[in-house]
Amino acid sequence: MSDLRDLYQEVILDHSRRPRNFRRLNHANHRADGYNALCGDRITVYLQVEDGHIKDITFDGSGCAISKASASMMTAALKGKTIEEAQALFDKFHRMVTGESDSEVGPVNLGKLAAFAGICDYPSRVKCASLAWHTVHAALEDKNEVVSTE
Amino acid sequence: MVSSRILELKTQANSESCFDVEKIRADFPILHRLVHGKPLVYLDNAATTQKPQSVINAITDYYTGENANIHRGVHYLSEQATRDYESARETVRQFLNARESREIIFVRGATEGINLVAHTFGRQRVRAGDEIVISAIEHHSNIVPWQMLCEQTGAQLKIVPVDDQGKLRIEVYERFLGPRTKLVSIVHISNVLGTIVPVRRMIEMAHHRRIPVLVDGAQSAAHLPIDVQALDCDFFVLSGHKIFGPTGIGVLYGKAEWLEEMPPYQGGGDMISSVTFEKTLYNVIPYKFEAGTPHIAGVIGLGAAIEYLNEIGLNVVSQYESELMAYATRKLESIPRLTIIGNTEEKASVISFVLADIHPHDIGTIMDREGIAIRTGHHCAQPVMNRYGVPATARASFALYNTKAEVDALAAGIIKVQEVFKG
Ligand SMILES: Cc1ncc(COP(=O)(O)O)c(C=O)c1O
Repeated sequence: MSDLRDLYQEVILDHSRRPRNFRRLNHANHRADGYNALCGDRITVYLQVEDGHIKDITFDGSGCAISKASASMMTAALKGKTIEEAQALFDKFHRMVTGESDSEVGPVNLGKLAAFAGICDYPSRVKCASLAWHTVHAALEDKNEVVSTE
Repeated sequence: MVSSRILELKTQANSESCFDVEKIRADFPILHRLVHGKPLVYLDNAATTQKPQSVINAITDYYTGENANIHRGVHYLSEQATRDYESARETVRQFLNARESREIIFVRGATEGINLVAHTFGRQRVRAGDEIVISAIEHHSNIVPWQMLCEQTGAQLKIVPVDDQGKLRIEVYERFLGPRTKLVSIVHISNVLGTIVPVRRMIEMAHHRRIPVLVDGAQSAAHLPIDVQALDCDFFVLSGHKIFGPTGIGVLYGKAEWLEEMPPYQGGGDMISSVTFEKTLYNVIPYKFEAGTPHIAGVIGLGAAIEYLNEIGLNVVSQYESELMAYATRKLESIPRLTIIGNTEEKASVISFVLADIHPHDIGTIMDREGIAIRTGHHCAQPVMNRYGVPATARASFALYNTKAEVDALAAGIIKVQEVFKG
């Protein structure tokens, strides 16, 4: 039996209480909306991308602790990264939360994001953790529809 | 004479006060399992109820010893299956106190019952400019079929508003009823707020203007005795799985005079009396609305569930549950930073709540690890969420096998949630 603290780790609780980069970005050149129908999480991600680099990234919206913390920690992790680095991080994060074994030992380091490793024991919450990431993905591809985690 | 009547009354009162919840729990095998190493506390009865052994046995026995198609074989098994299927229809008739068993139509559930009425009655009678009245506290299944009908016909939906406590604004309802109103379709007990809607009064008001009324009894049939003749509703729908029966089976009750006039719903076998390529004659009710091989095992299981409820008596159940509700309400109200959504006096079996800034989804996950099953989310009633300005709620919903000890476990679980998020 996994302990609740594996899911609600201190760093996750901290980011959910005081989300970082939690504001609208007025000079954004990419944005997308995400919606998780299961718990009603709504998120908008704003990006300012220049020369293939994520110069700035913010989000706003409302949701459960997991989705808010995930969005907050994601923005912290992606700021300053290249699009390719962001993509690699997305892939690695996604494999971790869905519990896919990760045999690739690449240069990608999840850092603090590893706090979400415990979520693969909570299948109904995986979508909460991945919503922000799917939304960024859509923003970078300039898709105009609302991203859903369905 | 007199003394024996007093004696009778006494034994009756006695049997009511000794509602033995432990004895009832023993009938439900699933209640004895562990979840995440803790005893299961099942408080998601508004989503679906658990099944007593007698229902499980009825389904197993049907498949083990009696399986055959109905209404068409002359062989032994087919005759036996037909008899059991039709006797379940009679059981349902008595349960709802319908006048005749041909007024009982088996469908997949409350959702299909409403869709059937929208497709047949609706298509036949609703025209551009007409109005259909529903309320602000409907389940999606009593909103979307009418929206679809309105889109097809150019009719309009009128939504009876709800006050802050969760009570429908009857004076607005009364104003809505007019010459263009073709149907009222209204929930009996709200699956989010627990509000018991005064359907009887609302039906009377509609009938003054000759407007028929459908009652969505998905949440009421397991908690209150239903008498469709006393209510005088024109249609009533329920889902078997919410009254301790199997999934995939439900009931549409309709007054015979409506059902006879309505066109069929689906075409196929059983719903016809003769078919040629030139002309097909439809079967009589209820068969006109039961095209194809039905969910025979489901019907038999539903019959067993109703027999189980009859043995206990819904009057007794309803009395026990209101005590449990009162206890749970007091208990939850005493928890700081907890707000109950839905505070009408007339309430049954459902408590929705929110916890200051803790999201219901996080509440649900933490409760689950304690073995407590509650529902979190919008409960298929997004307009209700919007009305009360919350994205979602946590909902505990009760049934006859729940105990005060389980309410205590719920309260302890909520305190635990608050501890996890403290700081
Ligand atoms: C009030 C109400 N109506 C209708 C339904 C639909 O029932 P079903 O999904 O069994 O068709 C529900 C189910 O939750 C309900 O609560």
